[in-house]
Amino acid sequence: MKLKLATVALSAAMAAGPVMADLVFPSLSYRTGPYAAGGIPFADGYADYFTLLNERDGGIGGVPAKVIECETGYNTEKGVECYESTKGEGALVYQPLSTGITYQLIPKTTADGIPMHTMGYGRTSAKNGDVFSHTFNYPANYWDGASGAINYLLEENGGDLSGKKVALVYHNSAYGKEPIRTLEELSAKHGFELVALPVDHPGQEQKSQWLQIRRERPDFVLMWGWGVMNQVAVQEAANIRYPMENFIGIWWSGSENDVLPAGEAANGFKALTFHNVGSDFPLYDDLNKYVVDAGKAAGAGDQVGTVLYNRGLYAAMLAAEAAKKAQEISGNADINASDMRDGMEALEITEAKMAELGLPNFGPAFSVSCENHGGDALVGVTQWDAANKTWSLISEFKSTDGDVIGPLITEDSSAYASENNIGARCN
Amino acid sequence: MPDQLIFAMEVFLNGLMAGVLYALVALGFVLIYKASGIFNYAQGVMALFAAMTLVGVMNGQVPFAHLINATFGTHVYTFGWSVPALVAIIVTMGVMVLLAWAVQRFVMRHLVGQEPIILFMATIGLAYFLEGFADLMWGSEIKTLNVGLPQGINLWIDESTFNIFGYGFFIDNLDIVATVIAALLVAALVAFSQYTKQGRAMRAVADDHQAALSVGISLNFIWIMVWSVAGFVALVAGIMWGTKSGVQFSLSLIALKALPVLMLGGFTSIPGAIVGGLIIGVGEKLFEFSIGPLVGGATENWFAYVLALIFLVFRPQGLFGEKIIERV
Repeated sequence: MKLKLATVALSAAMAAGPVMADLVFPSLSYRTGPYAAGGIPFADGYADYFTLLNERDGGIGGVPAKVIECETGYNTEKGVECYESTKGEGALVYQPLSTGITYQLIPKTTADGIPMHTMGYGRTSAKNGDVFSHTFNYPANYWDGASGAINYLLEENGGDLSGKKVALVYHNSAYGKEPIRTLEELSAKHGFELVALPVDHPGQEQKSQWLQIRRERPDFVLMWGWGVMNQVAVQEAANIRYPMENFIGIWWSGSENDVLPAGEAANGFKALTFHNVGSDFPLYDDLNKYVVDAGKAAGAGDQVGTVLYNRGLYAAMLAAEAAKKAQEISGNADINASDMRDGMEALEITEAKMAELGLPNFGPAFSVSCENHGGDALVGVTQWDAANKTWSLISEFKSTDGDVIGPLITEDSSAYASENNIGARCN
Repeated sequence: MPDQLIFAMEVFLNGLMAGVLYALVALGFVLIYKASGIFNYAQGVMALFAAMTLVGVMNGQVPFAHLINATFGTHVYTFGWSVPALVAIIVTMGVMVLLAWAVQRFVMRHLVGQEPIILFMATIGLAYFLEGFADLMWGSEIKTLNVGLPQGINLWIDESTFNIFGYGFFIDNLDIVATVIAALLVAALVAFSQYTKQGRAMRAVADDHQAALSVGISLNFIWIMVWSVAGFVALVAGIMWGTKSGVQFSLSLIALKALPVLMLGGFTSIPGAIVGGLIIGVGEKLFEFSIGPLVGGATENWFAYVLALIFLVFRPQGLFGEKIIERV
């Protein structure tokens, strides 16, 4: 009897055709620790988009997507542990969500053949796909951010920044120091004076830096901050009555978390971005219908439409589109990490595609290639409206200065290639 | 007067103000150490917990909402009311007393007579537990704290100094309020420990547990009282720092700012915490102003510890600490 039952079960399984594994997208999230307020909305957005695809479309190309969350606490050692413990689950692509974790995972993911997407963070020179075969940082990186900020200021000042003073308030870490070299080059090119002001971790006390800003009266202040440093900087700027419209943060300094504690005083603060803000997009109707209202949201559903939720959702959308491209290239719905890497390298995001996805004007159009893993480096600017508690995109996604950034990327990636004996692979 | 001297004066005044804020955190450490010989690693987290509770009560937030909703499938997040700041502060103080009781009942009571290092390790555990508990109770999002304290430049000082020096000094109104509150707090704590029965009992326990027990002082009561007072100090520190940066996890890291203050002022002296805070505040700000630009800036964190270490070399018990001589 037992044998008969087993035979029937096996026959039924074979008749159903090959069983496809889920498409696995690990999420190295940080829902705890000092940066949880930033990590939670990103993780929610990332998970909710895949839930939407599963609920509405039956997955990607008919294969369900599966998000495996692993808590890093924004800690590099824990991030590496998360990678090691999840890579065997059929992981297609990693989003390490930390520059420190990214640096640790670049050699590991390359050796393991698993691609990594570091959107708006990580090692900037990974844009050079000729050297960094498995690391992608489209659609923009830190140096694009620095150049995007200066381009915006140029535009606001009739194309001339000569004689102006620009202060950079930065987190005194590898992350915070990323834009300095680019800004120094841009300062030489455009004739503005650059004043760099480091803030020690965590950034709770910044009186010295803002007293210096008050004394030196820079025309513009840029900020590369994260966590509590952002909230304190915005408050201190308000305290010394620095004009908020002349204060621009990188995209990691431009969420609701960063401005709400300062209340009305934060009105007018600006931030760079590589994706749109708010929830006024057709996709959010589906998201509410299939995910939030259905009680399947990753969190409480209260983060939908916030800046960092949108960033997580955008990262998931780009991963899903790369997976579709991988399925198309390989002719196989059940793709592996190698197929995914090929899909990411052939990814092309057009405005028509964004509109088709229900996200018109949500992010820049760009394409990826073997040589260029960073996309077209288009950066926009958002501004905070304290009365309505909303961010608004106040510029288009515009080009950054490839003439300055290009040689810096070549220099840094070449050094990495020679240190690690990596030969050219594109052509 | 040269510009640099005028700027240095402004930096000096701001250093004093920053020092008061550091001292507010250090006071909590001193109180518990003085009474029980425990270096309370959880003092910073207590400030975070107190501030989170205050915001939660003010906003009518349902405690453990995520846990309740996940367990029962409900969607309750707020009670739908808001509570005036003063009432919320009183309620929060009640919660801190409850916390003090729980710490004494479930942790410290079982460790009476243990080595100081064991007690210290217990407070490390308490800190991590309290971090998670606070997150679970109130959520980990950044919360805005507004109990009506003024913020921003003090215009009177700005105008007055401008009339004298031709340059208006920046002093934050919040820092002025913090200074006044710290002064009142220290006066109240000194008066409490010197002139009240409970205060004298606290000092007796600090001097010798066994002797205090033998004259009928309840160790349990004194420790609950001390942890409650430390909870109150943590609440004051949490309000001041939380108003500046919003209430968030990083608030617990303000303890790092208190350590050099304690090393300098001594672990057992309430006035020492204040004087230590002022020296650290002024020292680090003046160093950053004068030497910082020559070495790339961001000197404040490490310079505070260097300053404290220099004092330690010459006076290991701190400026106001008690010199302990153990004879073999």
